[in-house]
Amino acid sequence: MVASSGGHHQWKLAVGTVVIITVVIISGKKSMMDWGERWSEVRKLLERPGPFTHPDFEPSPDTLKMLQENMRVLVIGAGGLGCELLKDLALMGFRNLHVIDMDTIDLSNLNRQFLFRKKDIGRSKAEVAAEFINRRIQGCQVVPYYSKIQDYDDDFYRSFHLVVSGLDSIVARRWINGMLLSLLCYEDGMLDQSSVIPLVDGGTEGFKGISGVTYRLTQGVVKRIIPAVASTNAVIAAACATEVFKLATSACTPMNNYCVFNDSDGIYTYTYEQEKKEDCVACSQVPQELLVQLTEKLQDVISRLKDSLQYQMKSPGLQAMIDGRTKSLYLHSPASIEERLRPNLKKTIEELGLRDGMEIAVADVTSPTTVLFKVKIQT
Amino acid sequence: MIKLFSMKNQKKDGSDVAKQGTQKRASAAQLRITKDINELTLPKTCDTEFPDPDDLLNFKLVICPDEGFYRGGRFVFSFKVGPNYPHEPPKVKCETMVYHPNIDLEGNVCLNILREDWKPVLTINSIVYGLQYLFLEPNPEDPLNKEAAEVLQNNRRLFEQNVVKSMKGGYIGNVYFDRCLK
Repeated sequence: MVASSGGHHQWKLAVGTVVIITVVIISGKKSMMDWGERWSEVRKLLERPGPFTHPDFEPSPDTLKMLQENMRVLVIGAGGLGCELLKDLALMGFRNLHVIDMDTIDLSNLNRQFLFRKKDIGRSKAEVAAEFINRRIQGCQVVPYYSKIQDYDDDFYRSFHLVVSGLDSIVARRWINGMLLSLLCYEDGMLDQSSVIPLVDGGTEGFKGISGVTYRLTQGVVKRIIPAVASTNAVIAAACATEVFKLATSACTPMNNYCVFNDSDGIYTYTYEQEKKEDCVACSQVPQELLVQLTEKLQDVISRLKDSLQYQMKSPGLQAMIDGRTKSLYLHSPASIEERLRPNLKKTIEELGLRDGMEIAVADVTSPTTVLFKVKIQT
Repeated sequence: MIKLFSMKNQKKDGSDVAKQGTQKRASAAQLRITKDINELTLPKTCDTEFPDPDDLLNFKLVICPDEGFYRGGRFVFSFKVGPNYPHEPPKVKCETMVYHPNIDLEGNVCLNILREDWKPVLTINSIVYGLQYLFLEPNPEDPLNKEAAEVLQNNRRLFEQNVVKSMKGGYIGNVYFDRCLK
């Protein structure tokens, strides 16, 4: 699976997916929290070995408990996909759910966003969806956030095990992808697996009657111009929820890693692996080590970046991250800023406040992107 | 495979997770702006002001055109680079009140690459050149200041006089413009 290779950690299910899913069907009459057979179907998946289980999987009753009590899942978007996702995940046994959406309910949502009623029009989608699920599915605690995903920082996102999204905007998708990638930690160039938060991303659009639909077109679709279809939402959300379940429990190897489902003219589905692009701007930021001495002057470090055969930089600009704040060490241009930073060239690494493990972003014309370095103090 | 299963007990609740997290890392926007600023090549009519040199996301650009209608003037633009940069353009406002068809009296700027034609491959440098071009070639089509655009379209001589008058400080119609000569 791609996520283990250190980035590119996105499953995308665009325009649909067929997945065989064991949905726990609950009779409406009983509403006791955990009556005898409530989790029997999920137990069958988690307490027995099987041919498709992941090598790490150990059948155990603890897995269901872990799913219910420990697993924190963030659902991004409480719209067409979000409503389905919340329902699916809650019925699967996830109880620690969080949902974030900046939108309010509109009359036109009611045909497919089934957690909302006419009286809810104008209220926050996240809040109404959370109330509905919490009322309907006992034991489940959905926490709503009526805000933009950009309103929260890395500490917020780091607190989840899994993120699943049903978004209608490319910018928001890129943002959350970039955020989760920025949480990855590297030790000596090796990815620390426990810093990985998988993103399961679903998207749907109705394309009926439009000819010449291309991948590019699906990328540029603007909200509400092309109406989403309720049944497609259900299929995609089910596929995404299944992937969340697989990732959370290892009860089955997850999908690798992209699936397209098209039900506009018959049914067509195709699953394939989207490969990691080596020079991907979003996910190939593995910091390189920069060996320095505390007594070394900044100008010596810069000369080294220029002279070393490996880097051969021309006019590097350096910005450090110190205690969560950026600090400009030296920039080549513009003149006004160069003048102010020039005194830093004569300062030592120690005087500049640089310590072991801190990251320095180095920009230079010789590279299309800013390169990240990790300070390693030589003694 | 992600070792979620084996790390299931590591993140029992959000509180202790937040602490175990490592130090904050530079955002994609910060990495990109560092590169943009380090490679900025300003035309001789432009200069930048960074109130805090450690914060490359907020700065001002000063344009002093040396030809065209606005020759001799001094115009200050504020740049705010958001967390979605470069997928979204920076927010650029003109802080100097200016009589210009493409800049309204609140300082909103109508420049295609700051709106619908923005692409992530564009840089701060592209915007600097775009803004400079606005002063050399004000565009009366699709204006923000309709009155100025009308004058430019119908009477170039009058437009030129109005620009000079506004830069010296004075009324155009019933709007007062502060002096902004260099």
